[in-house]
Amino acid sequence: MRPSVTIALVAASLVAALPLLEAWDASKPAREPEVFVTQIAPADRLQQALNRLTYGPRPGDVERVRAIGLEKWIERQLHPESIPENPELSEKLRYLDTLDLSSSQLVLDYPSPEVVRQMVMGQIPYPTDPEIRMMIAKMVARTEQKQGQDAAAADPNAPQLQRLEDLLTEDQIRSLRTGTPEQRLAAFQALPADKQDDAIMAMGPGMRQALFAAAPPSLRRKLELANGPVQVVARDLAEAKVLRAIYSERQLAEVLDDFWFNHFNVFFDKGADRYLVTAYERDAIRPHVLGKFRDLLEATAQSPAMLFYLDNWQSVGTDAPQPRQAKQARRGLNENYGRELMELHTLGVNGGYTQKDVTEVARCFTGWTIYKPQMGGRFFFNARLHDNGQKVVLGVAIPAGGGMADGEKVLDILARRPSTAHFISRELAERFVADDPPQALVDRMADTFLSTDGDVRQVLETMFHSKEFWSVGAYRSKVKSPFEMVASAVRASGGNVDFAAALVNQVAQMGEPLYRKMEPTGYSNSSQEWMNAGGLLARMNFAVQLAGGRLPGVKLELADNTNPGALREGVQLGSPEFQKH
Amino acid sequence: MTNRRIFLRNSALAMVGAGTAPLWLERALYAAGAPSPRKKILVAIFQRGAADGLNVVVPHGEKAYYEMRPTIAVPRPSAGSPDAAVDLDGFFGLHPSLASLKLLFDQRHLAIVDAAGSPDPTRSHFDAQDYMESGTPGLKATASGWMNRALPRAKGKVSPVRAVAIGATLPRAMRGNEPAISLQKIDNFQVRNAEAAREFQQMYESVADPAMQATGRETFEAVSMLQAIQRQPYSAAGGAEYPRSPFGDSLKQIAQLIKADVGMEMAFADIGGWDHHVNETGARASEGQLANLLRQYGQALSAFWTDMADRMADVALVTMSEFGRTARENGNRGTDHGHANCMFVMGGAIQGGKVYGKWPGLEKHQLYEGRDLALTTDFRDVLGELVVRHMRTPSTAEVFPGHTPKFLGLV
Repeated sequence: MRPSVTIALVAASLVAALPLLEAWDASKPAREPEVFVTQIAPADRLQQALNRLTYGPRPGDVERVRAIGLEKWIERQLHPESIPENPELSEKLRYLDTLDLSSSQLVLDYPSPEVVRQMVMGQIPYPTDPEIRMMIAKMVARTEQKQGQDAAAADPNAPQLQRLEDLLTEDQIRSLRTGTPEQRLAAFQALPADKQDDAIMAMGPGMRQALFAAAPPSLRRKLELANGPVQVVARDLAEAKVLRAIYSERQLAEVLDDFWFNHFNVFFDKGADRYLVTAYERDAIRPHVLGKFRDLLEATAQSPAMLFYLDNWQSVGTDAPQPRQAKQARRGLNENYGRELMELHTLGVNGGYTQKDVTEVARCFTGWTIYKPQMGGRFFFNARLHDNGQKVVLGVAIPAGGGMADGEKVLDILARRPSTAHFISRELAERFVADDPPQALVDRMADTFLSTDGDVRQVLETMFHSKEFWSVGAYRSKVKSPFEMVASAVRASGGNVDFAAALVNQVAQMGEPLYRKMEPTGYSNSSQEWMNAGGLLARMNFAVQLAGGRLPGVKLELADNTNPGALREGVQLGSPEFQKH
Repeated sequence: MTNRRIFLRNSALAMVGAGTAPLWLERALYAAGAPSPRKKILVAIFQRGAADGLNVVVPHGEKAYYEMRPTIAVPRPSAGSPDAAVDLDGFFGLHPSLASLKLLFDQRHLAIVDAAGSPDPTRSHFDAQDYMESGTPGLKATASGWMNRALPRAKGKVSPVRAVAIGATLPRAMRGNEPAISLQKIDNFQVRNAEAAREFQQMYESVADPAMQATGRETFEAVSMLQAIQRQPYSAAGGAEYPRSPFGDSLKQIAQLIKADVGMEMAFADIGGWDHHVNETGARASEGQLANLLRQYGQALSAFWTDMADRMADVALVTMSEFGRTARENGNRGTDHGHANCMFVMGGAIQGGKVYGKWPGLEKHQLYEGRDLALTTDFRDVLGELVVRHMRTPSTAEVFPGHTPKFLGLV
């Protein structure tokens, strides 16, 4: 027989035998769904990259990425330090001055009512900023007035707080109460300079809110402070998040900031956490988003924000020495962090731990506490609270007398478990690929995780270079979260954001109030969480408002600025297509 | 039937003594036995975070309760004390913050089921809430929720607002084949620009993605239905004062929707903040986190009752929480995740005035895993009875697959 025929016959029989071989190879997993195999057209790859690695394409982004080259652009995003940051961003963040403060500075400069009380009683120093100090003095006067106390008796130097009716004329008050924000601002600025600060304090939150939309940044700051300094801390956090999503060139890093914050969720409104979350995101999350998972574990485990949120700061070993003061109540073991560390941060709920493991892990972390949490204190290990006995965690014996090393050992164990590799890989694939990502991809990512000792960047490389990421099953398959929807709408329409407060409120209305997810699970990575009637209505209304230029602080420059043009843009942004990416 | 008639008549007489009997009672008396022309309504309230049932319904007759909770137990009933339990039946009492519900209990419109909850051993908030809302403890694969499956199969066109959840996202309990909506404020439930609304409606009607198309359709039908009651100021009946809190607002809007007769049959609201691992109580039982939370909780429920007035004959309200908390207090004046909890059932046709369920006791050997209140009533028995006897859904086979509920006699 001629060689070519032999070869052809052999080839044909091999091809024919393939299905039999596959069926015979029992160890091979079930075939991957077709949709995750079929690749998208080359022309769509730019879109897919922008959809998933950024908060949505801006006008001109597709061309920019094409010019750099897709592969190179992805590589740069994976190394954010190689990307020069957008100077516009730092300009917009400039007014959000709480972002760079330490937790203890925040407590003093933006005090809660309890801290103000301590300041008045001389237990804590007043803040150095004279403007804030004056504001606090007025706050004290206002509170005491409400309680019917004589402000002068409390502090002879305290300014007398006047009512709006005593400060201003009827006409002046009326002009502040009516009209557009611009008109009200004009009315406010027409007031004598020495009365303006008092007027801010005397007017109600509603009037301040109405002024806000037109106010320049310095006035906005005063208005916010008058509402309550701690609100400033909350607003800065949420507004910064929105501004970064819209303006940062290091988009993947911003997406990952959101991802990891949700993974290691902390609830802003839980007591002392209000002053601990700023440092948490800045110092524990953001520096590690593309680093080693073990570093993320370390940073979050020692962060005052997490220690407070999951109560570990109060956890005391049952055999720990008794508290010094006899009247201090005997405290005990708190399992909250121990459980969530395994269930939500590492292994996952099916990751193979037991109730006993939860208790043992909790014992390991006794003593991991915060020095003066209500004053924005730092982490410290208090050996007197630590349970020094022997523990067994997931079958691993931890000998007695380990001290702080016990907790470190637990983090080491958890960071290296295959369950952790799978759990993290699956979450990443849910966020970046599809709601129900194919197991084969998750497995390969988990392999990378284990072989690189939890290197997040490398796991992402595996994912971004997978056929699944560029498949039909991944492309435009996910519904945008409210945050993604708002950011992508502003980016797509080329909006200029002067201040982001209104955008933050919109995200909340759609169901995702930023930094305010109460449960440690954080916000969902899955689309179906967001597809409901109320959320859909909020998106449609937002889209029309944004395009119509009626969202305070955001200006669009539409090609067609007429009413019909704006409406068309609004309908486009609220369309079903725009809700997906 | 006969028992109920006497029952109601007795309460009616008791109220006649204080003034005229409310209209709804008279109607119920005359209508006993006659088919109700209006649809029945079920309101489900979820306390997220594992409420401390043992401090909500206080087993003041149980010695072990006080032994295990030296600093956070609610004191035994004591006349005139604002910090003591409000006695219900000589053994159980209400947390003092819930004093406003005592009257409802005595009037037999409030029933309590104690040592009730989910048999699944999980102490994960997330999983346990999932199981309770899906109605299939232990099964993660269930996509829909018990409330959606429990909607009576209707003949003909159904109201697009049959099932309404107050909140920003649709809870698991309401997910499923039947249309259900979530809303935060009735007045805001619309597309404000009429022309945009028309365009959006067309787009969502014809979109290929089936999930999005379904959501779109539900949305616009619901908007249309609610247009009639939007922008109309609502004043609660009977001087009812809802607390100024999100939960108070949720119940007020549910009342508004019921009275508007838009065809709502199922309503859902939740209230969070119950996860008291630390400082559950203050120096006194009437102070601290739990006391404050229960105060507005109780006030909202009482206001709802007063506001609904005669409509409560058609309404049953049931409360639940994903699990209870440890019988012993922990070292931080708080409690950790436990097992069984308590459920409240409130309604005009409810056989109240009683604490249902078998009380397992709190002695060491009686505790679940040596630490929690043991379970003696499956939550599906309570919900199942409401689904069958109140909502008139023929069977619970699809609502709670794999479980045959044992009714307690609540309805």
